[in-house]
Order: sequence, then C-alpha cells, then structure tokens
Amino acid sequence: MTSITETQLHAYVDGELSGAVRAEVDAWLASHPEDAERARAYAEQNAALRRFYNPVLDEPVPPALLAMRPRAWRRWAVAASLFACGLGLGWLARGSFVAPQMVPLSLARQAATAHVVYSPEIRHPVEVTADQEEHLVSWLSRRLGAPLKAPKLAPLGYELVGGRLLSGTQGPVAHFMYQDARGQRLTLYVSTQRGELPDTAFRFSQEDRVSVFYWVDRNFGYALSGEVKRDQLLRVADVVYKQLNP
Amino acid sequence: MDRRLIIEHIPRLRRYARALVGDRYLADDLVQDTLERAWNKFYLWRPGSDLRAWLFTIMHNVFVNETRRRRYEIEQLMEEVPPVAVRATQSEQLELRDVDRALRALPVEQREVVLLVAVEQFSYEEVSGALDIPIGTVMSRLSRARTRMRQLLGGQTLVPLKAVK
Repeated sequence: MTSITETQLHAYVDGELSGAVRAEVDAWLASHPEDAERARAYAEQNAALRRFYNPVLDEPVPPALLAMRPRAWRRWAVAASLFACGLGLGWLARGSFVAPQMVPLSLARQAATAHVVYSPEIRHPVEVTADQEEHLVSWLSRRLGAPLKAPKLAPLGYELVGGRLLSGTQGPVAHFMYQDARGQRLTLYVSTQRGELPDTAFRFSQEDRVSVFYWVDRNFGYALSGEVKRDQLLRVADVVYKQLNP
Repeated sequence: MDRRLIIEHIPRLRRYARALVGDRYLADDLVQDTLERAWNKFYLWRPGSDLRAWLFTIMHNVFVNETRRRRYEIEQLMEEVPPVAVRATQSEQLELRDVDRALRALPVEQREVVLLVAVEQFSYEEVSGALDIPIGTVMSRLSRARTRMRQLLGGQTLVPLKAVK
C-alpha cells in the first residue's frame, strides 16, 4: 500500500472497514506513528462523547414526552409502562399514572404574542389597573370560571400593573402584567384548557426575544413571559407557582 | 405496526438532542416537537424500514427549521452546569467537558455528523440517509470536525486519562 487516504483513516476508526482493507490500514498504521496517533485521538473523541452523553439514557423519561392522543392512550399506557418497567426507570412509582398529553407549545407562543402586543403599550397596557385589583381578579375569575389570584411579585421587584381579558384558542384568557422599577415588564397568561390535562413541570421556550416558562396546573395553562434572561424568569415563575399552590 | 415502537427510541432521541443543543430543557423541547411530528406523520413510516433512522431524520428537520427560527439557539443560554451528570473522577470529568466544549465549538452541521457517528454509532450510510446529504459530505464534515476538535484539544490525549500529578 502506498499511502492511506484521510477517508480510510476515519472509516477505520469508525469500524467501516473490513477484511483486506482493514488489514492494510492496520499495517500502514503500524509503521506510521503520526497517523496511528491521529487514529487514536479520533477514537478517543468518539469514546469521550459517548461517555459524556450516555448517562442521558439512564435518566427517567419525562412523562410529557410519553404523551399521546387521548383516544389512543390506553394502548400507549400499556406500552409505556412495559417500557418503563423493563428499563426499571421507576417513574410510575412517583404517582398515579395519568395519560400525559402534550403541554401545548402553542400556549407558549400565544403567551409570547400577547406579551409582545401589550407590554410595549404606554397608555393602555391593561384594561383594569392594579388600584382596582380586587375587581380585576373577581372579574377575570368569573370569566374563566374559576377563582384566580394575581401573584404578589413585589418581593422580586415586580409590581402589578393590572390585567385584561383576552380570547385564546381554548377560551377566555386572563392576562396579568407586572413591571419593575426600570419599566421591565413581565406578563402572566392564564388560559383555560379543554379536556383533562395532567399537571406538568415547567417548560421553557424562547420565542424570539421573549423568554417563556409555561406549565399546566389544575387544568389551567400558565405562561410567564418577559424579555429577561431565563434564570431570572425561572425565579419569578417559581414564586408564581408557589403562590398559586400554597 | 404500532406507534408504541416510537417510545423505545425516546431515550436515544433525548441523548442526541442533549448533545446537539446542550441545554436539557431546550433539548427536551426538541424531543417533544420531534415526537409530535412523528406521531402526526406516523402513517408515512414504512413498516419494516428503520424507525430509528426515520425518527432521527425528523429530529434533524425540526432542529434545522427551529434553529432557523432561532429557538434552539442556545449559545446565549448556555448554562454553567454541565448538561449531563457524569459519574467519573474529577479529572476525567474535566477532560470530558473539554471534549464537549470542543464539540460545541463546531458548526452545527459538523456537530450533527460527529454525534451520529460517535454517539449514535450510525454507519456513514445511515448518517447520509438521516441528514439527507451525500456520503462524501458526511466524510468531509467528519474529517473537518475531528481535525478541529483535535486542534481545540491541543492534540492532548483524552481517554485514558493523562497521568495523575
């Protein structure tokens, strides 16, 4: 063999060669330490990446990802539980198993849109201002058909500006707006959800410049939006969630 | 054929997404979007053909589309925490993180090829099919990626460990 090609070297590392060609490359590498070193470095890259990312395989799969359509869910549930038991992931043990459904990503998109539309408003950012908070909350509660609360975010530096009623794809939406001393605004989008949705963990979506944390809790979809950094928003989302679930 | 087959592939899709995107939440969003599409288009899957390759193709397409729309663009969001908890000695952890950092410095299209070959252990032909690129492109991306990673890592030995001081 005169010389091995770059292609052959990679193919050798990745186990793509067999028989005679492999033997030839072996022979070449035995007498060319620089190429042998390169082959070894590439093989080590492969091994290091596998070692770094393989632990993901052992993580329990978030129930939201085992989602399914409501009609088909029984079939799925059997498959999912067999799968979970088979791998010993044990997430079934964490609580009663409810057919998980997709947390609609559309929730995040609609919330981000509402945020973009209303938060730059100077004169009419809300329909009912915070000085009539009691009225605002009872009005929105009546329209959404469930008792709502406007979370108190003053300890985090955000004061309630007020709120408005919006129409979402699933029905009425309550929209609360907050702002900090610098005028940075956050909005909380609370929407009724059709059908029985299981509660979910926080999910994050970046909608252009708007960061959104969204979740489903007791059949309401919540989305907190703001043009702030993710970890900053997460702190607020955490407080909102705790206040709504004392 | 039953759609439940898809569920078996979720852990591997999550691993690939995590490596590709780097951030666990965004990665799971990518998996969710992929599964959503896979379930909606399951009728397009030919029973008997490679379901894993089909799912990875969908994930690639979702990723490319969403990256274009700037959703999984994560460089700005990169957390300090490593995306995965590795059970390893501290010095090995550091070495693995170096490799991951080198991976992250690659252009996305090279990163995809490296991950499919190294982590998913796809054959070159499977990579070519999943990403819908000629096999020659698979090879050239792989070669550029590995050369670059080796440079970034200073040509040092990765695994096994360097001698302990």
